[in-house]
Amino acid sequence: MMMLRPGWLLAATLTVAAGTASGADLTIGLGGAVSAMDPHYHNVATNNMVTRHIFGRLVDQDARQKLIPDLAESWKAVDDTTWEFKLRKGVKFHDGSDFDAKDVVATLSRVPWVPNSPSSFAIFTGQITETKVIDPYTIQMKTAQPFPLMPVFMSGFAIISDAFERAPTEDFNSGKAAIGTGPYKLKQFVRGDRIELEKFDGYWGGKQDWDKVSVRQITNSAARVAALLSGDVQIIDQVPTADFARLKKDPNTVVSSVVSNRLIYLAMDSNRDQTPFVTGKDGQPLAKNPLKDVRVRKAMSMAINRPAIVDRVMEGQAIAAGQLLPEGFFGTSPNLKVEKFNADGAKKLLAEAGYPSGFAITLHTPNDRYLNDEKVAQAVAQMLTRVGIQTKVEALPFATYAPRSSKLEFSFMLFGWGSGTGEVSSPLRSLLATYDSKKGNGPSNRGRYSNPKVDEALEAALRTVDDAARQKLLQQASEAAINDVGLIPLHYNINNWATRKGYSYEPRSDESTLAMGVKRTSR
Amino acid sequence: MTVFLIRRLMQSVVVLFVMSLIVFVGVYAIGNPIDILISPEADQMERERAIRALGLDLPLWEQYAVFLQRAVLGDLGRSFAFSTPALQLIVERMPATLELAIAAMGISIAIGIPLGMWAGFRPESVAGRAIMAGSILGFSLPTFWVGLMLIMVFAVHLGWLPSTGRGETVEVFGIRLSILTRDGIAHMILPAFNLALFKMALVIRLTRAGMRENLLMDYVKFARAKGLSTGRVIFVHVMKNIMIPVVTILGLELGSVIAFAVVTETIFAWPGMGKLIIDSINQLDRPVIVAYLLVTVSMFIIINLVVDILYSVLDPRVRLKEMKS
Amino acid sequence: MTVTTPDRVAAEPVEATAAVVSPLRRFWIEFRENRVAVAGLAGCLLVVALALLAPLIAPQNPYDLTQLDIMDGRLEPGSKSMDGMTFWLGTDDQGRDMLSGILYGIRISLAVGVASGVLAMLFGASMGLLAAYFGGRVDTLIMRVVDLQLSFPAILLALILVAVLGQGIDKIIIALVAVQWAYYARTIRGTALVERRKEYIEAAQCLALGHRRVVFRHLLPNCLPPLIVVGTVQVAHAIALEATLSFLGIGLPITEPSLGLLIANGFEYMLSGKYWISFFPGVALLLTIVSINLVGDQLRDVLNPRLRK
Repeated sequence: MMMLRPGWLLAATLTVAAGTASGADLTIGLGGAVSAMDPHYHNVATNNMVTRHIFGRLVDQDARQKLIPDLAESWKAVDDTTWEFKLRKGVKFHDGSDFDAKDVVATLSRVPWVPNSPSSFAIFTGQITETKVIDPYTIQMKTAQPFPLMPVFMSGFAIISDAFERAPTEDFNSGKAAIGTGPYKLKQFVRGDRIELEKFDGYWGGKQDWDKVSVRQITNSAARVAALLSGDVQIIDQVPTADFARLKKDPNTVVSSVVSNRLIYLAMDSNRDQTPFVTGKDGQPLAKNPLKDVRVRKAMSMAINRPAIVDRVMEGQAIAAGQLLPEGFFGTSPNLKVEKFNADGAKKLLAEAGYPSGFAITLHTPNDRYLNDEKVAQAVAQMLTRVGIQTKVEALPFATYAPRSSKLEFSFMLFGWGSGTGEVSSPLRSLLATYDSKKGNGPSNRGRYSNPKVDEALEAALRTVDDAARQKLLQQASEAAINDVGLIPLHYNINNWATRKGYSYEPRSDESTLAMGVKRTSR
Repeated sequence: MTVFLIRRLMQSVVVLFVMSLIVFVGVYAIGNPIDILISPEADQMERERAIRALGLDLPLWEQYAVFLQRAVLGDLGRSFAFSTPALQLIVERMPATLELAIAAMGISIAIGIPLGMWAGFRPESVAGRAIMAGSILGFSLPTFWVGLMLIMVFAVHLGWLPSTGRGETVEVFGIRLSILTRDGIAHMILPAFNLALFKMALVIRLTRAGMRENLLMDYVKFARAKGLSTGRVIFVHVMKNIMIPVVTILGLELGSVIAFAVVTETIFAWPGMGKLIIDSINQLDRPVIVAYLLVTVSMFIIINLVVDILYSVLDPRVRLKEMKS
Repeated sequence: MTVTTPDRVAAEPVEATAAVVSPLRRFWIEFRENRVAVAGLAGCLLVVALALLAPLIAPQNPYDLTQLDIMDGRLEPGSKSMDGMTFWLGTDDQGRDMLSGILYGIRISLAVGVASGVLAMLFGASMGLLAAYFGGRVDTLIMRVVDLQLSFPAILLALILVAVLGQGIDKIIIALVAVQWAYYARTIRGTALVERRKEYIEAAQCLALGHRRVVFRHLLPNCLPPLIVVGTVQVAHAIALEATLSFLGIGLPITEPSLGLLIANGFEYMLSGKYWISFFPGVALLLTIVSINLVGDQLRDVLNPRLRK
């Protein structure tokens, strides 16, 4: 970026680019990579957590993903297809200009426009058919269908100033257009290395604890731990399970954790009559696909000793899962319990289904995507092999794995799902609803599981604005899917952070690492 | 000489073309970057929109044709992940890697050649044997393991040096360099040493082998018989002959140090090209992968050319005109 | 391949006067002068023996999932399993006995390293010799391919190959050969270019000997020393490279780990004090590579006609 500055031959500038942390400065060691400072360019968790420092949203999510007011002070459904948002008054952008409804309109216009976006935020705005500005601090949004998720979706994207409605991504990266209402101003974005932030004194939400925040990208987990131990950074995210116990014992570090919205699960090809990676133990093809039989799927679920995986592979940094999201999240069912490990029961069920001596199967897994992904897969293979389902693990880089699984090349797959909305509707719709590209259902349903009972309850829920009624419908859909073993839930990850002694972090279920959540506990 | 250069350049263009084709097809065969880039929450329509936006809906040959057309004009495409011209991304990262690579080469030569000469001069001495044993260890330890050990010992346990990152940089002519600040040098020591270790072992072995062979040569006996001092024989005559294989290999290795800095840069979170390529491979960011390879191949071709020219200077028996065809 | 080379060297006319003792025996006499090298040879033999006998001496078959239990995971060296077996070197995260894992791992590492090294040397050296001997278009063509090849970062090449071919030992070997052959070609060409100018080759050519005879009987033996240097480096390098590929997640399948993969697996437990998961395989890897290198070193000294006393 700097090398291409015109006239660089003439101007020999000697400037110090980065300072070391001191006083009220904070350095964060981030496990992910950040691709842009344009908050509407790439919908990916790492970008969103960094732009959150700079930009406000209409609605925010707290540490447990409960909705809280941000730039909108309140919201309500005026009728079945209209939502009204009351905007906060007296909010200033970093350049001193005032925030009002025209900025929201400009944002809604920019979100679907951003060129070359590899993953657009338009998924959060596509449902809006009309935007009406009632007065500078009241805005109404209309939808074609009743749309209960509107406030949740409004927490999905950042509000920019209307001055930058058509600013290209480059202008945000250079800092020119990175003018938001958030607590921190962007000082410098060094791609692939770090992001330098500075306190914004005019922030509406009050004074911030840090004068300067430096977010460093350290994707290698051992290097990240080492950076924390040597004091180069004050907080790291994604603490590797293997180091958790050590960091917990170390007097110089403090760990904090919370159950995440990410479910690790096994998907099964349960719709086709023939499936590519299931054979008899002799390697001969089977007459039919055993995964179509709910008894086989149930047996597989019963054969897995989840507490053992949690204890041994995840070193306690996970919670055994019995449904799509941990209890307490919207739409989870109190009736769904973790499947009890029962090897004999599994063998019996297999025999009942006509496979007394089992069969052979290949479990495909990524090896660079989820926490301990291939280790979990190996442990599962071990357990299934013990009940007679001879399981081979094939681990692939996600770059190869994902496209192949989308092309339905696999029979049995390990995947993870983090629910950005904090609602069960998210995994239900993406993972378990019958695949239908017109309705946008089941885009990640790689086993092509299909169950009319699930579809029906889910569709009703997505049209019901009343929260209590919707919750009931979502619980019904979850129960229908899980009791039919549409997928095998393994565990929910636990999100971990580690800080130097004297600092604390309020752990978040959405995996974000925010400077706003880091507090100084002592000098 | 001119004819030699022109031919070499023409061949290089062909090489670059073939390279780009192989990589294009190769990366295409691995998979579709959209699966990695897109938000898991996206539905099928959004997916198709993104595929179109990145030009991935066209057939492969058409994508390649578009790429070639632009490449001729010096535009190697925009990164899928960053939406920034791929070439710009690489140029931004290049100083960091070059700095690291040159520091590593410097370390390996500064330590390797004297040690190698000593080991060759006194092969049976304790020091000579110890040096060789050390060089064997240098080969035997995998780079990633050494890197972690270095971090564990020097950054975590002893706390002498910072563990990762590039540290404070100074901008000179618009290029950010870390070699000019104390903090920058402190950050560079461990990764540069890590990267240098393998090359150092190589330099020691090559120098020692050359030394031993040359000491038995007639010209050495002759020079000694003529009454020249041992120092003069070794540092003037023998050294010149040792330099041939060392220069060849080091020339080759500079290219590979740059390309293979991948592991070191990943462990030490060094923001160079190697880290960029690994991130790009993980994301299947094809424009960056292709651009990166074209840039490294070009660098490599230049390095080879320089090595061949140096070769002819150092060993008059090898004439450039013999390589011309 | 290295075992057959002494005969070739000894067959050189220069050595004919010393041919009273059999060449192999004289080779051994010279080799054993260096005690460290003899220890290296012993190490090599031990490693090979362990690799071959692994299924017989390992307490457990680490690839048989029914014999593993993750409840035995990450046990310290000397612990006992739930069914009474002792894990002398501890267990890894899957409850795999490290001793068994290492014995089987040596097998795979060695197979991968040697197979890829030998194949790469055969292919690369032939190419380099052809290029140097014939010059002209052959040289240009081969050396352009070498340039092309060497400009590929090994990791990218491996990722592409593994993606196109799939995982498995044979694929990794192909990838390692593809990564390495060019080094041999490039090195031998450099030496051969110099050797080619020497009188003995001209003499051989004047005698109207066939190309093959001149190249393999006369040019090759004289190009051997640097080739052996590179060869030693490369076999050891191949094993380390395979470990690096595993470290980056694109190596061998995890259910049948090589030494490199065992180290890579254990590496994340290093900081938390569970040293044995990567330490013992690391020691085995070091032993293997150091032994190979020691033997290679001495071989080079013994085989170099110019170093003969």
